[in-house]
Amino acid sequence: MKRTIYFKNKPVIIGAGSIGGPKESEGSIAKFIETKLDDDMFGEDSFEKAESKMLFNAIKTAILHAKKKEDEIDTIIAGDLLNQIIAATFAARNFSCGYLGVYNACSTFSEALLLGATLVDGGYMNNVICATSSHFSSAERQYRYPLELGCTRPPQAQWTITGAGAVVVSADGVGPKITGATVGKVIDYGVVDANNMGAAMAPAAADTLYTHFMETSLTPSDYDLIITGDLGTLGSRIFKDLVWEKGFNIEKQHVDCGELVYNICEDEYQGGSGAGCSALVFSSYIYKRLKEKKFKKILLLATGALLSTTSTQQGESIPAIAHLVVVES
Amino acid sequence: MKTSEDCVNKNYLEYVKAISPKTNQKRTLFHAFWVGGVICMIGQTFRFILELGLNITGDELSGYVSMIMIFLGAFLTGLGVYDRIGKYAGGGSIVPITGFANSVVSPAVEFKTEGYIYGTAAKMFTVAGPIIVFGVASSVLVGILYFIGYRIF
Amino acid sequence: MVIEILTTYLKVFLVGGIICTIAQLLINYTKITSGRILVYFLLAGVLLQAVGLYQYIVDFGGAGATVPISGFGYLLAKGAMDGAKEGLFGALTGGLSAAAMGVTAAIIFGYLFSLIFKSKSKRN
Repeated sequence: MKRTIYFKNKPVIIGAGSIGGPKESEGSIAKFIETKLDDDMFGEDSFEKAESKMLFNAIKTAILHAKKKEDEIDTIIAGDLLNQIIAATFAARNFSCGYLGVYNACSTFSEALLLGATLVDGGYMNNVICATSSHFSSAERQYRYPLELGCTRPPQAQWTITGAGAVVVSADGVGPKITGATVGKVIDYGVVDANNMGAAMAPAAADTLYTHFMETSLTPSDYDLIITGDLGTLGSRIFKDLVWEKGFNIEKQHVDCGELVYNICEDEYQGGSGAGCSALVFSSYIYKRLKEKKFKKILLLATGALLSTTSTQQGESIPAIAHLVVVES
Repeated sequence: MKTSEDCVNKNYLEYVKAISPKTNQKRTLFHAFWVGGVICMIGQTFRFILELGLNITGDELSGYVSMIMIFLGAFLTGLGVYDRIGKYAGGGSIVPITGFANSVVSPAVEFKTEGYIYGTAAKMFTVAGPIIVFGVASSVLVGILYFIGYRIF
Repeated sequence: MVIEILTTYLKVFLVGGIICTIAQLLINYTKITSGRILVYFLLAGVLLQAVGLYQYIVDFGGAGATVPISGFGYLLAKGAMDGAKEGLFGALTGGLSAAAMGVTAAIIFGYLFSLIFKSKSKRN
């Protein structure tokens, strides 16, 4: 059994587009975000439509930055957190190219990158867009409670980010290259608390990272950064502990998109989460730094908690997954 | 096939429990206490006004007071204030009847985008429905028990 | 008169506060959600009134005991018990008739405000 793949032709990320909500536009990566919204309805009349429009906007920006025309794009690989991934589908109906809808909760972005890179590396397609989005209000009403319900958030809770990110993966061009990937495995340690996603996802992230190190015989010091998706403060601590237990110290390299995206503030508790979290941070801050060659080799390890409201109500525990993508500048 | 029970990793869950941040007991309890108390005092004020000013008594009085409190809870929910109070007070604003109003109005407002019949009207009792169901069922049970009791003794 | 009103307020504050603190204790220790809290407190009110105890709390605490949702349960149980004296019909309908004002107000105001207001997203 082997879960790591190497991309011999090294697909290139030639463009990226990002869009962030009002709260994200005040956070610590704000100056790297392409489009900043001061109204998270984005001029639409429902949160779902706003999310879809954000994803559409991010894809448009990415195409623009890649200096490609819309008819040069072969397919869009996109996903989000809503039921039947409507935000991605409704954004994709504006484009004439192919569309692959993917869902792996918050790890959708690295899954999309992995699949996109595979299509391009195999020579089947030339330009593929990988994009994901999430919206605090649409996620909240679907997964938790109505927005106006006066309930308390436990200290383990995270904050679904409002934002979207898109990248164009291409067979040739200038930019950071995707050189490898490790497919994640569904792992469940029996965490049932839907408010403590970090604890549910950390084992999956640790497993994928460990598998990657074993199969490639690389070590943490080969990377400038090991970026997890949305483990949050608590999840990151557990993740580092679990990896340390297996004999690797990633204290120096590890960053978490969820921890990064907001300024430290009591109200977000553990930091940001959601499918848009890793997409937004990767396609803004990380992408620009890679282009400037400030980072040489990074590891994007987006994590996802594969729960639904039905499974939670039926008392099931939370399975989690993490896909890993290696990007070199 | 694996069930959720097979997945339980006891050591891991204990470790997570040990390092998870704890709710600040004293602070949350104090917030719940004073906000809950104040909401009840507001109710008492309306009781005084209706009782002393308009000479309403008995069941009618408690009915009107709960109507006013529900109005206030619903109005503050609509304004987007009640969820702020709820975040601060927790149980202090959930348990008073204003919290019941909040749990009716918040889904009604939220699901307006799905239409006035299947959105607002149908989703209105997603949170508060069980209260009506259990309330009516338990009162019928109490009524029947007392009815039998009165017949026998 | 003034002292009487002040002592009433004090009692109301104490009783209401204590009921809400019990709810917060439940939230802190068991992580149960607000919908469940409301159901448990309602059933507690019905049960306490059915055995004749909640009346004492209402007599002492006034609005402090009737404003919390357990007071709603008290109203339901009291209505059913009073109705049961008159016959089977009263026993079945008494509860809901006594609580009719609360349910009606919730439905009417709920629908009315949903027409006026929109759900706003939070910033924190």
